[in-house]
Amino acid sequence: MLKTHDISPEQIEQDKLYREMGLSDQEFDMIKDIMKRLPNFTETGIFSVMWSEHCSYKTSKPLLRKFPTKAPHVLQGPGEGAGIIDIGDNQAVVFKVESHNHPSAVEPYQGAATGVGGIIRDVFSMGARPIASMNSLRFGNLNTDRTKYLFSEVVGGIAGYGNCVGVPTVGGEVQFDDSYEDNPLVNAMCVGLINHDEIQKGIAAGIGNTILYAGPPTGRDGIHGATFASDDLGEDAAKDRPAVQVGDPFMEKLLIEACLEVIHSDALVGMQDMGAAGLTSSASEMASKAGTGMEMNLDLVPQREQNMTAYEMMLSESQERMLLCVKRGREQEIIDIFEKYGLKAVPVGEVIEEKVFRIKHHGEVVADIPVDSLADDAPVFHMPSQEAAYFKEFQQMENSIPQVGNHKEMLRTLLQQPTIASKEWVYDQYDSMVQTNTVVTPGSDSAVVRIKGKDKALAITTDCNSRYIYLDPETGGKISVAEAARNIVCSGARPLGLTDGLNFGNPTNPEVFWQMEKSVEGMSEACEALGTPVISGNVSLYNQSKGKSIFPTPVVGMVGLHESLEHITPSHFQTSGDAVYVIGEAEAEFGGSELQNVVHGKYEGKAPKIDLNIEAARQKQLLDAIQSGLVESAHDLAEGGLAVALAESVFTDSGLGANVKLTGEATVELFSETQSRFLVTVKEENKASFENKIADAKQIGVVTNDGTLEVSVNGTAVIHDDVKQLENLWRGAIPCLLKSKA
Amino acid sequence: MRKVTVYITLKQGVLDPQGKAIQESLNSLGYNEIEDARVGKYIELKVEDGPNLEARVTEMCDKLLANPVIEDYRFDVEEAEGL
Amino acid sequence: MKFAVVVFPGSNCDRDMYHAVKEVLQAEADLVWYESNLEKYDGILIPGGFSYGDYLRSGAVASTSNVMKQIKEHAAQGKPVLGICNGFQILTEAGLLPGALMRNEKLSFMCHQEELVVENEITPFTSGYDKGEVVRFPIAHGEGNYFCDEETLADLKANNQIVFTYKNNPNGSVENIAGIINKEGNVLGMMPHPERAVEKLLGSDDGLRLFQSMVQNWRDTYAKNA
Repeated sequence: MLKTHDISPEQIEQDKLYREMGLSDQEFDMIKDIMKRLPNFTETGIFSVMWSEHCSYKTSKPLLRKFPTKAPHVLQGPGEGAGIIDIGDNQAVVFKVESHNHPSAVEPYQGAATGVGGIIRDVFSMGARPIASMNSLRFGNLNTDRTKYLFSEVVGGIAGYGNCVGVPTVGGEVQFDDSYEDNPLVNAMCVGLINHDEIQKGIAAGIGNTILYAGPPTGRDGIHGATFASDDLGEDAAKDRPAVQVGDPFMEKLLIEACLEVIHSDALVGMQDMGAAGLTSSASEMASKAGTGMEMNLDLVPQREQNMTAYEMMLSESQERMLLCVKRGREQEIIDIFEKYGLKAVPVGEVIEEKVFRIKHHGEVVADIPVDSLADDAPVFHMPSQEAAYFKEFQQMENSIPQVGNHKEMLRTLLQQPTIASKEWVYDQYDSMVQTNTVVTPGSDSAVVRIKGKDKALAITTDCNSRYIYLDPETGGKISVAEAARNIVCSGARPLGLTDGLNFGNPTNPEVFWQMEKSVEGMSEACEALGTPVISGNVSLYNQSKGKSIFPTPVVGMVGLHESLEHITPSHFQTSGDAVYVIGEAEAEFGGSELQNVVHGKYEGKAPKIDLNIEAARQKQLLDAIQSGLVESAHDLAEGGLAVALAESVFTDSGLGANVKLTGEATVELFSETQSRFLVTVKEENKASFENKIADAKQIGVVTNDGTLEVSVNGTAVIHDDVKQLENLWRGAIPCLLKSKA
Repeated sequence: MRKVTVYITLKQGVLDPQGKAIQESLNSLGYNEIEDARVGKYIELKVEDGPNLEARVTEMCDKLLANPVIEDYRFDVEEAEGL
Repeated sequence: MKFAVVVFPGSNCDRDMYHAVKEVLQAEADLVWYESNLEKYDGILIPGGFSYGDYLRSGAVASTSNVMKQIKEHAAQGKPVLGICNGFQILTEAGLLPGALMRNEKLSFMCHQEELVVENEITPFTSGYDKGEVVRFPIAHGEGNYFCDEETLADLKANNQIVFTYKNNPNGSVENIAGIINKEGNVLGMMPHPERAVEKLLGSDDGLRLFQSMVQNWRDTYAKNA
């Protein structure tokens, strides 16, 4: 059998083997220039993963630079494991979102589980205790066995990992559209809490300091299986190379506790998790960030399988592993802490002055690469961008109102659309309460997690309406940030900042790149307007089904701060007799709406417009009203418009209903998805003060206790329905779809 | 060296919802001949040969590998080859 | 009264239990790593989570650990032992409580508030409740489906060992059983989480009385003996 390291550098060049690792001819030439020689097999592999989009952001970097990332309260922006924002009292919140789309398409349970594991590691590697997980999921419509399988397994994987590891999964969002049929999106977000003086960085500083490897041994997990399909490897080599990583949440739980104990030792210099590109990226990034070099001996790396090559060890994505830089001579203190938890930590290398990444295996140097070239010299591509052909067509379409015969029936239909229907089937499988901080459990606009011992809490949400972004990436990008902020504000918190999970199709398609460019521009503008910097993020490209790109899906994960527990505001109506207000007026905007999909079976036309000044003003006013104690409940108007928001607001255990009187065009008033709108309830005695604070608020009715939802338009009753019946339809829709035969 | 293979199944009479789901799923695929499905565990042990091997494995099953309240077990012992 | 919250590798409700007894109830409590000595503690709390990853069977590996010997001795002395969720699973696996916890009838993990009925209010854990009282505790488990044979069930009933039942059985448990006590009346195991129901802010404080009952009964016994 020919071993991979027997493949000569000349052969890699001649046979263009680097292409199979994902490097272009141009990139290979750059590598030759950097190395001033031909790279060997292992070195080529190391470059290929470090220069992949996932690690280098080579295509998205020019776009990511547009995001505002700085603000006085940002302690750590993009570039580390996760971003950090100050929340006062020497505390800070750490968070990041990451995608695991492609692994989840292949093996949905493990793909989703390891996605959760990876993002949790990103957070505790900063020194923070993970306190909440969220997710943002996209699937095809639930009408094929495959989609149902992907959906059930992804949810099962998130639950299986998150529940065991003891981090509550406090919420998230799930949407369904055909564009995700073969390529589901699994974006996991983790939020951690840290004291300022405990913040760790992934650096390998201090010449002579020791590099420790902690966690389970390395296997052949996750090595890009497709890399070498040729006969050169020999048959059995290909056979024993599983591409799917398997997660062990029990191991991760031990790793969390051990690492959070380790950060209290001043023997620790830096720590980083081995995520994508495993040992390669963690080691080279730690050295590069510290301005040092690193030498590692692979013979010392714990191995689960026999005869692993240097290439395999460097590229393995075995889970639940950490790399630490520890002061020389004090290794044992750290090793002892890991041992308490039954974990192995072993020295595998040291920090060196020469800025190279030098790997030894079986006594030979198998890689010797200028360390900065891996992290910093990755090529940056300015891809051609071209306005999508459909966009011009959509922009020329007049806003029209879909024909609705019976509004009562339409509300029933909308409540059963999987994107609107209750996601209880999903979140009931998540332990949303462990750690006993979850004040607002899944199913509201934002989850709310209190901070023990302090009069404050965090609001967390994930959001992205990809239909609007497809229709109009710039406007849709703005909406996606604005809507996340709306969710945070409705819960009574002040938005602090966001993490972005950018999921797009094939960027070499100029129309896809245009979608990326425009949506990032829109998001950036909204971030500026709403004061929410981007502190971390992730890019996932080449997401496509049946040769067609997914809807552009830049997921926003946002965190806000409740400055007092008193400010926590539910999204459901609370008490019979409260006045029901809507903030903002409806217009005939149905492009990308749920109603358009139900009536026309497609999304087309203009996305709803958004004025960021109005958005910012209304959010500020509403938050002020909430903080002044004037608001009983607040809910943003989103998919399905006012009628759906009203219905969701009366789905309570207490038999509430609502009596609402509207004027205008019935379909517009009920189902339009005009932006920057809120549904708010206010106590009778607070009405005057509330109206004083919010100029655009208009009372439309009252909360009742008769368990009936009654809506009239221009004096004519259009909806008169039993709340329990509506709720049953809404709750039952997803379980019903999952059970029905494809 | 011996290879001990332990098979653990739920006792008759103990409801096996997983087995039931498998049975229903097979039925829905058209395999109507499936009348029952039971799910269990399969454990391979690599054991150094010694006296009372069977008695010791029985003990292991009783103490840890199976829960006598809900599970039955049986095991095979064979020469370990290429394990 | 000094509580030990026993922490196994993979326990994940340990800090919640500690918070409930130490910060909310303001009792004395320590988080105690499973290799430690339990001698100085008056009450043992075995928290929920996934000890040893729930590998093999929930609670099975933890039930064979050395600390279980100490817990058994502690129980034999008549001191209170409370196992919640995974703690209940460990207690049944260790033979301190009869029966077994099987996979939920619907096969999936479930997490939400459930209504429980207090069936037995004359235990050191439930003296603060009324018989038949309905309380709200969260559940969060994938294997909470209580099973025992007919004979054991008859025993449980005869000895008034069924302490909590579900009002709407979520997991398929025999006779809606949510929690049982040993014959001697000092070892309670239950799937629902009273430690998650000690603050109104989080939806229910019905669980607080369970811990208060433990402290009260310990004080009464201690005062009597003194």
